Order: sequence, then C-alpha cells, then structure tokens
Amino acid sequence: MTLLRHTTPEIKPRKALTINPAKTCQPIGAMYAALGIRGCLPHSHGSQGCCAYHRSALTRHYKEPVMAGTSSFTEGSSVFGGQANLLQALENIFAIYEPDVVAVHTTCLSETIGDDIPQIVAKARQEGKVPDGKHVIYANTPSYVGSHVTGFANMVKGMVRGFAQKTGKKNGRVNLIPGYVEPADMAEIKHLAEALGVKSILFPDTSGVLNGPLTGQYSMFPEAGVTVDELKASGDAIGTLGLGEWASAEAARYLDSEFKVPCKILDLPIGLKATDRFVDTLRQLAGKSVPESINFERGQLVDVISDWHQYFYHKKVALAGDPDQIISLVEFLVTLDMWPVHIVTGTPGKRFEARIRELTADIPHEVNVKVEGDMFLLHQWIKQTPVDLLICNSYGKYIARDENIPLIRHGFPILDRMGHVYFPTVGYKGALRLCEKILDALLDKQDLTCPEHQVELQM
Amino acid sequence: MEQVIFTERANQIVRKDGAVDFTIACNRDSLAGAVSQRACVFCGSRVVLYPIADALHLVHGPIGCAAYTWDIRGALSSGPELHRLSFSTDLKEKDVIFGGEKKLYQALTELIARHKPSAAFVYSTCIVGIIGDDLNAVAKRVEAEQGIPVIPVASEGFKGNKREGYHAACKALSKLVGRGDVSAVSPLSVNILGDFNLAGEIWIIKDYYQRMGVEVVATLTGDGRVADIEKAHGAALNVVQCSGATQDLAVMMQETYGTPFIRASYFGIEDMSQALYDVAKFFAEKDPGIMDRAKALVRDELSMLYPKLQEYKKDLKGKKAAVYVGGAFKAFSLVKSFRHLGMDVVVVGSQTGTEEDYKELAAITDEGTIIVDDANPLELSAFIKEKDVDIFVGGVKERPIAFKLGVGFCDHNHERKEALEGFAGMLNFAREVHATVMSPVWRFTPRRSGKAASAATSCTSPERPCDCAEVK
Repeated sequence: MTLLRHTTPEIKPRKALTINPAKTCQPIGAMYAALGIRGCLPHSHGSQGCCAYHRSALTRHYKEPVMAGTSSFTEGSSVFGGQANLLQALENIFAIYEPDVVAVHTTCLSETIGDDIPQIVAKARQEGKVPDGKHVIYANTPSYVGSHVTGFANMVKGMVRGFAQKTGKKNGRVNLIPGYVEPADMAEIKHLAEALGVKSILFPDTSGVLNGPLTGQYSMFPEAGVTVDELKASGDAIGTLGLGEWASAEAARYLDSEFKVPCKILDLPIGLKATDRFVDTLRQLAGKSVPESINFERGQLVDVISDWHQYFYHKKVALAGDPDQIISLVEFLVTLDMWPVHIVTGTPGKRFEARIRELTADIPHEVNVKVEGDMFLLHQWIKQTPVDLLICNSYGKYIARDENIPLIRHGFPILDRMGHVYFPTVGYKGALRLCEKILDALLDKQDLTCPEHQVELQM
Repeated sequence: MEQVIFTERANQIVRKDGAVDFTIACNRDSLAGAVSQRACVFCGSRVVLYPIADALHLVHGPIGCAAYTWDIRGALSSGPELHRLSFSTDLKEKDVIFGGEKKLYQALTELIARHKPSAAFVYSTCIVGIIGDDLNAVAKRVEAEQGIPVIPVASEGFKGNKREGYHAACKALSKLVGRGDVSAVSPLSVNILGDFNLAGEIWIIKDYYQRMGVEVVATLTGDGRVADIEKAHGAALNVVQCSGATQDLAVMMQETYGTPFIRASYFGIEDMSQALYDVAKFFAEKDPGIMDRAKALVRDELSMLYPKLQEYKKDLKGKKAAVYVGGAFKAFSLVKSFRHLGMDVVVVGSQTGTEEDYKELAAITDEGTIIVDDANPLELSAFIKEKDVDIFVGGVKERPIAFKLGVGFCDHNHERKEALEGFAGMLNFAREVHATVMSPVWRFTPRRSGKAASAATSCTSPERPCDCAEVK
C-alpha cells in the first residue's frame, strides 16, 4: 500500500499554498494559554466550528477535558457584527459556569467584520452581564496572522494587560513566562525557581490543569493555574524572564514599558547551555546562589553526554516545530555534536533564520532553513539529503515511515504518545530525557536493522 | 441535581415518561456562550467529502481549518491516499484585504499539475464568505484549463452547524454524479451512501452486498473514487446510512435520476440484517433468489457471532450505558446493540437529531431514560453521575470527561480504531465495551472504589447512591 507517498523529490518554489503545515492558527494558542489561569473559561468569539476544532485538538494532545465557550456566530452575526452574541455569551457563561475569568479571543471572522472586543466587554459590564469580582480579558488573534505561537503570545499579553497592577511597592517576586511549553515543562521551570529559592509568578501555568489526576469528579475548573491575584502582582515584580522570544516577549516587554518591571528575554531552557543561561539569569536577578541540588542535576546531564557522546557524533537531524523550541533544540543538538541539517518552522519571524545560522555556523554541512515552511518541504529536503533522526510533532510519523527514520515526537500536536504531558524537556532533567529519547531512537534502529554479526550487547 | 442546565435549554432535555406525550426542542442554533459539543458547516462538509481518496481537497482559508482536519479521521483507502495530505491556501492578512482568488488559482493549478488528482474540491471557510472570493469562477476556469472536475464547496463555517455542511457536501457530490458511463452497470446494483470506511467498515458491507449478488457502484464516500461517483446514477438503488450526512444527495439523485433510496444502519444485529433484507426485497422481482441468499448470509454470520456474544454478555449483563453521538440514527442502533449485551441505555442524545429522531428514540428506550439534544459537558457529566453509568459512548471531546469520572468509554465516532459495522463489527463492539467496562482500572478510581465502601456503610441516599463515596 502507498502510505502517503505523494511527496515528490523535486522542489519547486511555492507561493500560493501550504502543504502539510508546520503550524496552526492563532486562536488555539490563545485558548491553551487561557487554560493556564485558575478558574478561567477561554471563549472563542467566532463560529462554533473554531471552538470545536480547538477543543478537539487540545483534547487529543492532552487526553484531558478542554472547556471553552463560543459566540456561535451565524449568518446574521457575520453581517451585523458579533456584539449581541458576545454580550449574550458573557451573560450565560457567568450565570451557568461561574468562572472567575473569561478570556476572549477573536477569530478570522470576528476580526474581519471588525468587532471591538474592549468596547463590547465594557458594554457587558455596564449592563451588569459581568458580575462584580469577575473578569474578562481578551486577545486579538485573527487566524490569518502569525500562528498558534503568536496567539499564545497575544493571550499572555492579554493577561498582564488585563490584570497587572502597580502599587508602587515591589513584592520581591520574579515573573516567569514559560513560553508555549507543556504542563510538565511549566512545573519543571517552577521547580528550578524553587530550588534557587526564587519567589516567582509563573504565567500561564497549565500544570495540574491539563495533566491532572483522575479524581472521580469532573470539574470544569481544576484547582490549578496562575491565580488572578498573582497576575495582579506581576506589575510589582522585581523583574520578568520571558522564555522564548516568540511566545513570551510581548508580555514581558509590556510589563517593562507599562509597569517598569525590567525584563529579559531568554531562549527556552531546553538543553545544557540554554538551561545554564536561565539558571544564571534567574540567580542574578534574585540575588541567589546556585544550590548543590541544581549543580548535581547539571552534573548528571554532562555525565550522560560524556558517556554516550560517540553515539551522538555527527548524526544528522531534521526538525520541524515552533521557533522558540527549535532554536533551543538546535543549540542542544550542536552541543551533543549532532548535525541539525533540515529545519522548518511554520511560524513567521525574521530572526529565526539568523539565529539558526548562528547556532549551526560551525557545522561542516549545508543547513537548510525555512521560515513559514511546511512539512512537505521538509520531506523533500530529507529525500534529497537523508537524515538519521527526525524531531517533530506526530505528523512527522508519515515522513519517518516513508523514509525509515526514527522519530522523536516534540511540539504540538502529539496525538499518538503520552510522555509529553508528564515529562519535561526543559531544564537539566528535561535535557537528560531528551538524551534518553535520542539514544533510544538511534540505537533501537541500529539494533533492529544492522547486520546480525554487528549486533552489540554492550554499548 | 445541581444547576447545570441553561433555562433556555430546558426543553432540549427530556426524561422519558410514558404518561406524557413526548416533545423535545431540537435543530436550533446553540446558545451563545454554551460549551457546545457542536461544530460548523466546514466541519460537516469536510467529514463527508474527505474520504474520496483520489481527489484533491484544497481548503481555501487561513491555516487552521486545514490543520485541524488533516488526517484526523481514519477513513481508509484501498488505493491512493491523496486525501490524507493537508492542502491550504494559508490566507494571510494581505489576502484578506486584496482577495484570495489569484492565490487559489495558482494553488489549484500547481497542485493538479503535481498530484494529477481525478477531481478537486475547494472548500470555502468563514473568511472566504466575508471577503467574497468568487470560487465558482476560479473553479470553472481551472476546470476548463485542466480538464478535471473542480468543485467548490460552499462550506463557510458561520452559515450553520454540521447539518448545513452535509448539505453543501451533497451539493458538491451531485456535481460529480452523472458524468460517467453507466452502460456496464448491473441492474442489481447499489450505491453505499453515508459510510466513511472508518477502520475499513465499508469493505465489510461491500462484501455482504457482493455475496448477495449485488454490485456496488460507488461508495460514498468511504474509500471513494471520483470515477465511481461519476457513475453513481447508474445504480438501481441508493442505500443511505446515517440520518444526516448524505441523505440530501439521495434526495437530489431521486429527483434528477429517479434513483430510489432506502435508509439503513449497519450497526448491530437487527439493523444490519434489516439493511440486507431491505436491499434483497428491493431486488426480489429482478432476482427471486436474492432473499434466500440474504437470509443464508445472515444465518451464517449470526451462527458465528452469537456464541461469542454470549461470552461477553455474561460479564456485561445489567450494566448501564450513556450515548451521545453526532447523528441520532446511530443512537437507535446503539440502544439495540447494548440490549444484545444485556445492557441498558439510560442517557441518549445527539448533536443534530430531529424531532422525529428523538420521538423514535423515546419509543425504543426504557422509562426514565434521559433524552437530550446538543448537550454540553456539564450536563453530560451530571447525567453520567445521576444514572451511574458504566460506559459512555461518544466522540473525542467526551472521552476524557468519562475517564475523569471513572467511567468506561467507547469511541463510536471519528476515532474508532475497530470496525463496528456489520456482524463482525458487532463482535468488535462487544469486545470494546467489555474491555472498557470490565477494565481493572476502575477499581482504582475514587468513585468506583468508594462504591463498595458506600454499600458497606449503608448508603442512605437512594437518589444519588454514587455520590456517597465522594462526600466522605
């Protein structure tokens, strides 16, 4: 049977079309971010299909219930505007589901017809549709701009715009914006901050929301996520660390310019060097010294890399995913003496290619990079220059199967494995796990496919 | 029960009470703000047309609509798999301002040259409806230049729910039907409508018809091929499964070509057998032996199936099920199927049922059964707890809710991995139900582990016996 063997090796430039995207649209990122606020119901201001698709996609990735409201646009709303829908939606949501916060994001439809969300929300408040002590925040996330990553960034900015307050008295805490990472990653970032003795406000925080336990109860609002009070306090923090330029910089810079909370934008702490920079920056910001427990974790990671470096040596890797993730992953692969040679992100952003070129400058091999690329192009590159390993979301399995390459699932969405929800890839522990995954993938293939006389027991 | 029902929705939820005439409100737009489990027009069109494996499916819109429908349904193909790729014009801000027609033309031209599909479907999305791209004009031009059918699908999301999407898909399909040469089609022939070949189900059904001596002209749309659909009007009969998805096409074909249609369900023993008997009856004049062949087929299949079902029934007897599915027609079959396993359906609902559908559901279910239209997760969760069900049958968004409550789950929707149609499917269904209802995992979940304890500590709340453990 032909399994998706529709990829042609010849590459012709394409302008008008995307095949097998390496991104999706803004609203889902906004929905994911909003789920990281305690007691928050994300709300999709658009047709009900958008909301259904986002909820399904997030449910498939997390295997958890994902709740969100929709303005359920009809033909009428598309002509006369969605104000009436949003007003009614807010009234219904607060009356029945009783969230503390509703986080409204727009869609291509509501943006194009020109709905003014702050104005509608103000009207809802005036008309008593938003009860006292309840909150509505918003983000503009037209689907024809950016990607799921920018949608996430916009909603995180919406959080500080909607909640941050300045009392004039610093609270000694550090804002940590973890970027578009998994719940387990957010927990790991909190763990590192705690180990350093840093009081932090991490937002959004989906740990415990989208990887919660089975309790025998269904709760629309799990007892997890950043609280409204914490978000309010972000304006009094001593500093902000935004992890990942694409997903976190907007909010970090907003706090800097509006609330004079100084910010630093770092790469996502994936891999040895990026985690070093994170730990060091956080340490300096909070005036702490690195505890032995963190040194120990780091030492274990370096130990593993030394034990296994011959197996990493010059292995070629293809990657597709989100810019913040890919930048740090590429840096880590280079640290491991591997060669990332084909790199695609679907998310726009000029700095991406320059960063990748910088990180791969010393690789004695041609490196293909495409911003606003897709997985079809990635597959074509692989056909032209084969690789030893593919790192990408679940859609990479087609390429992996066609080309007989081991696949490590990383990014969004992962629809066919469970680990991403529970085990981090950030921090030293995350890097250790990445090493394990890389070695398992490479060595499992070697064990299964090498000539019999070369099967090694001891590696 | 706690307050989880919008007052506006009260008449969309009915508890069956034999003393009262059954009425239910349905087929209306979801309330703004409700966490509805429903989708949009585009979604409806996409699920219907997507399984046509040798066609190009180009989504004209921003990337999301294409990304979320990229190979998410296991609609299997026995040949080409072009349908499993994701093609999008990936509209940007500039296109929204200046229009996307040029981009669409380029994309179609390029894709047809590279992949040489047998036809192309171009799906409209919300934004296309607003900016007013003339899909018909572009399609007409490309069709003339490339010499394959290029068919626009009017699937702007905001125009309604999935139902309108089904209709748009049927209209698109009707443009393919009638183009082919039907001179070689047998007088004993059918089209299979409304089956998407999830987990290879259509192959099971096709095999039954062929064993009865009936030619299957086109499968719509599971394992579908453009050339087959083009000669679908040559079939003597349309057999339409599922209440919503493709019935409109059957109606159109009846009007245009005089092709009669019958409705069928391939789920469960009675409905599967009935479908074969109905087809046999239809052809009985042309082929007097056909009913005997149908009966022999059913007998053979049942004699294999029945003893195996009894094994499962031993464990499942007396267990309770909740069913929430897309179309109500499937719910009928499920109610009957669960009876064969000795189980009762105590909650039943659908996203798109009609009043007629719900009346029929009320007729075949027991007293006290909750019947619901367009439910939201809170309602579903409350019903599951109230009725203390052992298994929930639903789709992707319901699965984790069931599991959080410590209740088994069977995906009878897009994501089923086992064929559930036909006699073989009934056995698979029994196995799936058994696997989840009897799973040891529920012994470790708070609600169920507390159940034994609550019995021991003399539960005093007969209305909500399942909640005792939670209160502790």
